[in-house]
Amino acid sequence: MCTEHDSLPTTTSRRGFLFKLGLALNAIAAALVGIPAIGYILGPVRRSAGQEWIKLGVVGSFPEGQTRLATYENPFRVAWDGPTAKIACWVRRVGGEQFQVFAVNCAHLGCPVRWFPQSRLFMCPCHGGAYYEDGSRASGPPPRGLFEYEYQVRDGQLWVRGGQLPTLAGPV
Amino acid sequence: MPRGTRALESIARWFEERTGVTQALAPVMAHPVPRRTASWWYVFGSATLALFALQIATGICLALVYVPSADQAYQSLRYLNDQAALGWFLRAVHFWGSNAMVLVMTLHMIQVFLWGAYKYPRELTWIVGVFLFLCTLGMAFTGQILRWDQDAYWGLGIGASIAARAPVIGSAIVHALLGGPIIAGRTLSRFFAVHVFLVPGILIGLIGLHLWLVLRLGVNEWPMPGRVVDRETYRKRYEEEVHKDGVPFFPVAARKDMVGMSVVILAVLACAAFFGPYGPNGAPDPTITDASPRPDFYFLSLFALMALLPPWTETAILLVGMPLAIVLLLAVPLIAPAGEKSWRRRPVAVLSVVLIVLVVTTLATLGVRSPWSPIMDAGTALATPVAYVQGRTPLQLQGALVVQNKQCRNCHSLGGEGGSRGPALDGVATRLTRDQLIRQVIQGGGNMPAYGTNLTPAEVNALVAFLETLRPVNQSPARAPVTARPATR
Repeated sequence: MCTEHDSLPTTTSRRGFLFKLGLALNAIAAALVGIPAIGYILGPVRRSAGQEWIKLGVVGSFPEGQTRLATYENPFRVAWDGPTAKIACWVRRVGGEQFQVFAVNCAHLGCPVRWFPQSRLFMCPCHGGAYYEDGSRASGPPPRGLFEYEYQVRDGQLWVRGGQLPTLAGPV
Repeated sequence: MPRGTRALESIARWFEERTGVTQALAPVMAHPVPRRTASWWYVFGSATLALFALQIATGICLALVYVPSADQAYQSLRYLNDQAALGWFLRAVHFWGSNAMVLVMTLHMIQVFLWGAYKYPRELTWIVGVFLFLCTLGMAFTGQILRWDQDAYWGLGIGASIAARAPVIGSAIVHALLGGPIIAGRTLSRFFAVHVFLVPGILIGLIGLHLWLVLRLGVNEWPMPGRVVDRETYRKRYEEEVHKDGVPFFPVAARKDMVGMSVVILAVLACAAFFGPYGPNGAPDPTITDASPRPDFYFLSLFALMALLPPWTETAILLVGMPLAIVLLLAVPLIAPAGEKSWRRRPVAVLSVVLIVLVVTTLATLGVRSPWSPIMDAGTALATPVAYVQGRTPLQLQGALVVQNKQCRNCHSLGGEGGSRGPALDGVATRLTRDQLIRQVIQGGGNMPAYGTNLTPAEVNALVAFLETLRPVNQSPARAPVTARPATR
């Protein structure tokens, strides 16, 4: 009797069937828990880039020939974002309705670049990347120029398309 | 026997009868270990375990108050620092404990590597240990994020920028890491879950496995030159020696472990009491662009590497070099599973350790000073030294103003003050002629931006006039290289 219990289930017996049923049901249960869990964890990964048109302010608030810091609220914010909901960008009004809007994130490793109007350079405090006023790379480790927002001027307002962290894989 | 003791004894007997814990653990505690391993060199593992226990205890305490929400985490940390009774101390112990854990674990790793403990049959113990090390670094990084200050925010940006360099799936990794398209509330919640539930759970499981392997395979004997590991004979010889000349782990070897454990804990407590908690440094407001983020010490070497590598090698080093280094670390026992254990007979092993330690500490030391970072407020914070403006002509003084106003000193020092990204300007006139100075200013090069469009000709003229005065009185100015003249006529 005892040996019968301990022996591995054979293919034909009822016990063998029950054993296999147990394995199969558990595998199904694991999949039914695991697949939604993985889907949930990977939920933030979407094919379309998280971007939306955002109003930065009236065109008149950006003096011609100057570069100013502008801030906006991340369009994908949640109620508990706190101060991190605010995002900054550098707005350069080249002239008239011609703009350049740069992400503050350095193209090297994402540190915040600072604008120096006297020397007309952006400098990064982390590894010393520097950019000219048109955003092109001046020196240091950045592999490219500053990330630039797509912009529009509508009804005297400056709009930019943004909402995601600019990196080499997904610029603004 | 006093009545109290007798009562205690009967309670203990009651539990023992039901649980059998003493009966089960006594032989484990008293298992024989090689006599010479009751050494101070063998205490780092248990010291790391003690620090882990300390981290769990203090971590639970901090979680009683800490709010893992992006809008309140910073305030709750400030509350812990300034208002909660002894909150500052618990934060400080957790911070110094984490530093100590990385440090002591590294010492443990170096010791077992040099003592050849990873060789047969303890290969898996080493491999599990490497995963423990990686998990600990993961705890260090995620813990730094929970500090939710400027360093945390921009540190996440750096982590995301590194992940983004992965081909094809870079963007997906970034969004999975951040829990959304950008660093915000969902990011902190994610890192909180990883730091508090996921990685500690993995760590506890792996520590259990690590200890089980240590007990099952025995503590590595003290290596002797010439006593090579042979798969056929090793285990039998080890068993024989341990039974012939072993000492019980408890209390003979455990005595030193106990002292080691308490010494590191006391050292952490002393650091905590003396230096206090670290951060949070500045609210995590991404619109404050005058942040100068810096990582905690264990990532300073990586931070330095990213500044010093030739830019074109960075992606390769990050995406291929780092994983390769981890694979190599994991493969150590598979590469050299047998043979000599003694470090006296393993020059390559010793040199590797010396090289790695030197490289990492040199990079970390550089990371502290970060000479490649511009001094972002040099133009306004540093005064031009008086000696450099005395006796100058009006034009030269105009040039001194250009140096100050155009942020030249963000990268170039003058009189020992200013950035060190570029060469110091003191004595620049002994190295460059007037023409070379003009060319360098206008065209840049050698890691300097070109100022051709950013300075007026008058400014360049004044600047160069000032730079030409920057040489010690007893040294002659730079001279243009003499070019051979064509011998005509």
